Amino acid sequence: MTKITPEMVREHGLSEPEYARILTLMGREPSFVELGIFSVMWSEHCSYKSTRFHLKKLPTKAPWVIQGPGENAGVIDIGDGDACIFEMESHNHPSFIEPYQGAATGVGGIMRDVFTMGARPIAMMNALRFGEPSHPKTRHLVSGVVSGIGGYGNCMGVPTVGGEVNFHKSYNGNILVNAMCVGLARQDKIFLSAAKGAGNPVVYIGSKTGRDGIHGATMASAEFDDASEEKRPTVQVGDPFTEKLLLEACLELMATDAIIAIQDMGAAGLTSSSAEMGDKGGSGIELDLDKVPQRETNMTAYEMMLSESQERMLAVLKPGREAQAEAIFKKWELDFAVIGITTDTSRLVVKHKGTTVADMPITALSDEAPVYERPYTERAPLTGEPAFDKKKNVLESLKTILASPDMASRRWVWEQYDHTVMADTVQVPGGDAAVVRIHGTQKALAITTDVSPRYCRPDPFEGGKQAVAEAWRNLTAVGATPLAVTDNLNYGNPQKPEIMWEIVAGIDGIGAACRALDFPVIGGNCSLYNETNGEGILPTPAIGGVGLMKDVSKMATVAFKRSGDVIILIGETKGHLGQSIYLREIEGREEGAAPKVDLGAEKKHGDFVRGLIEAGRVDTVHDLSDGGLLVAIAEMAMPRGIGANIGIAGLPDDIPFWFGEDQARYCLAAPFAEAEKIVEEARAAFITVAELGKTGGDRLTLDDKSSAGIASLKEGFESWFPNFMSGEEIPVTN
Amino acid sequence: MKSAVIFFPASNCDRDAKTALTQMTGKAPAMVWHQDSELPDVDLVVLPGGFSYGDYLRCGAMASQSVVMKSVRAHADKGGMVLGICNGFQVLTESHLLPGALMRNAALKFVCKPVGLEVDETQSAFTRHYSNGQRVTFPVAHGEGSYFADEETLDRLEGENRVAFRYAKGENPNGSARNIAGILSEKRNVLGLMPHPERVVDDVLGGTDGRALFQSLIENLS
Repeated sequence: MTKITPEMVREHGLSEPEYARILTLMGREPSFVELGIFSVMWSEHCSYKSTRFHLKKLPTKAPWVIQGPGENAGVIDIGDGDACIFEMESHNHPSFIEPYQGAATGVGGIMRDVFTMGARPIAMMNALRFGEPSHPKTRHLVSGVVSGIGGYGNCMGVPTVGGEVNFHKSYNGNILVNAMCVGLARQDKIFLSAAKGAGNPVVYIGSKTGRDGIHGATMASAEFDDASEEKRPTVQVGDPFTEKLLLEACLELMATDAIIAIQDMGAAGLTSSSAEMGDKGGSGIELDLDKVPQRETNMTAYEMMLSESQERMLAVLKPGREAQAEAIFKKWELDFAVIGITTDTSRLVVKHKGTTVADMPITALSDEAPVYERPYTERAPLTGEPAFDKKKNVLESLKTILASPDMASRRWVWEQYDHTVMADTVQVPGGDAAVVRIHGTQKALAITTDVSPRYCRPDPFEGGKQAVAEAWRNLTAVGATPLAVTDNLNYGNPQKPEIMWEIVAGIDGIGAACRALDFPVIGGNCSLYNETNGEGILPTPAIGGVGLMKDVSKMATVAFKRSGDVIILIGETKGHLGQSIYLREIEGREEGAAPKVDLGAEKKHGDFVRGLIEAGRVDTVHDLSDGGLLVAIAEMAMPRGIGANIGIAGLPDDIPFWFGEDQARYCLAAPFAEAEKIVEEARAAFITVAELGKTGGDRLTLDDKSSAGIASLKEGFESWFPNFMSGEEIPVTN
Repeated sequence: MKSAVIFFPASNCDRDAKTALTQMTGKAPAMVWHQDSELPDVDLVVLPGGFSYGDYLRCGAMASQSVVMKSVRAHADKGGMVLGICNGFQVLTESHLLPGALMRNAALKFVCKPVGLEVDETQSAFTRHYSNGQRVTFPVAHGEGSYFADEETLDRLEGENRVAFRYAKGENPNGSARNIAGILSEKRNVLGLMPHPERVVDDVLGGTDGRALFQSLIENLS
């Protein structure tokens, strides 16, 4: 047997105390295969060892939550016996090394998480962060990631209905690719991963196992340096065709009652799927690797256990149902093999070529895995209102902002995603939230992903709150009732106390907002060690939110629809310019306090607006976020080229009013008579409300004094992305 | 009108086609698996969009060799109607039920967006309910939709009034020759087109311009 040396332990990403713990748990020196298994199962990616303690503080329950965190995906009740199953996951490190395959397999992985629970995926979203546009790698990474997401999702025939794309220098050496999948199942057909009972066959389905992706989970749990690109062989290669077959075959098998438990082979492949299934079911699992379908010759047990080959699933069947299952997988031309059996020993036993290569207690890989309460150093949030040049021309600034990297239209991106396949996409990308009808009904799901990382560095707590509040607001703005979120926590190295504080405060902020807004966390993923050469990314806790609309015909969109509508602002405008898009793009500074989020006001204003939409009284709503009020109004004017004449009397400073990023605000447009009633009702409810002017014409006119043509605003808004990608423009930003 | 939708392992607009046909004809189409050798007794066969066998090779090339395509060809030979949408159009050219080929988009990117089309030929069972030159909007969603054929074939298609749909001026999303978006077979019973009429039969999904295509078929076949 291979003698384990301190070098081997180090190369497996395990610390000395961790190895000592392994020796205690095993009561002997581990075999090389066992060391590999510990290494992936105890990696940050699989074990959540730095965050688990804090994640427990998140609210995860509500009457409509069917399954909270801990399974492959969370599940909520959406009425009529239907369940919505969703999850978001990062594929950051692989996407930086090999953008197309990294992003594609990220999409594939999250889809498997959802359909392994019995759901047909009905929509995909993504949250992408790239380095500054002027960085030499950025364009290549954007191009690769976008085509990878499209390449996989389009072939699967699941619409990619929206997401976020941001640029910031902190992501220069460490991009973020977070993919979210939303699926639909019947509540009585939800599949879990607990392999209960002994003597049941463990079956392997899907693609063959190759040497790709070995130690991907360990790579995802380490910082990057300049040699990281040498890690390319650890990136998996995606095959969406096989995944499509796997999806259809699994759903066909799930229509029978042959399955006891099923789990996709994601990070750490066969190792984590078998250990997790055994752990949740309180049973043992014995695997015979000679039975595993293999793509390459002479694969070792170590390689097979750690391979992250894509498009594979592990299932436990009821005894005697193997032939029925095999027939289904044969029809879909997929590999199917019985590779093991469940036992009552609570041990993971792995055999290869007649010898036992691993024999370990499953709890050593789950409950006994290390959990760290890592030390953290609080940093006072940045405070203060930054100075600004009061003489800057408001409309010129608006033009600049609309044509800036973070604010310009993302059409170049989403036109590469099939966003209308499945014939249920009611609201396409570009609005506040995507809306996907539930097939054959009037119900619909609204979906969004949100976070403002520029708020999260100066104030991780408020930034965490804001990410949740903005997701809630975006769902509300289309008329949906927000139901639950999945969080994708992207941070730097948790072993640095200042980063650990960002994580802790971020989770606290998310928790506070989710509690106040009745918006439980039902799943999520942590991606730590997002650093390159010691530089951490902006804290980026991406929130994926889902809401329900009972009647899709009442849906609101951002576009102005008629001339003569009154434009109404809901919520208080103090003119908060700290950390705003305005300050960064116009003044060139990232300064000041992040905006505070008043969760009571969020709830009150949101409930008021949603009530108007549900009653069919308003069809034009936009949430106010990046860029503030004037940017929102421009975004409402551009889709149909309907302008507006707006102004407000007695402003002390117009710049903070038009560009401040105060929270809990919405902009509405409604015909005069309706608008008057809305304003009256808002006042009666003690909600700050203002009438800003009227829609009409083809220009945006401010205070009857200055104006800008909608067409020219739109020209800049639409052209930045294609120009950047075609290499015609590489503006220096951030 | 009785219809059938063929589905290959990675077809993914089979449901879109089924939904549109059900909505328009009041009857669900028969769903036919690619390994089935016989077609049910139907008037219209639809080859839906998607990626048939993954399409890592030329799009539709493997699907054209499938068991079911023999029956589809026989159905077309005896005058039965065949509608190929997107990947279905690719399968039809690969099967030589329609001339020409569909190449990678000129911009080398997948493109999904609504595009303006002109109905170029209304004398067909597929287009009778449109008016000549009518401007309609259908979405496209493809990576390989650039229609190509030699000049002689293109001249012939135009001479025989077999170009059913063209991309409107400035709307060609893929570099198709002569802005061709959809063509008819010689006997005018097979239509292949890249844009998706079946995604625009419902107002809530952003348009109803596709309805007239199905109405034409229904009127013709019942």
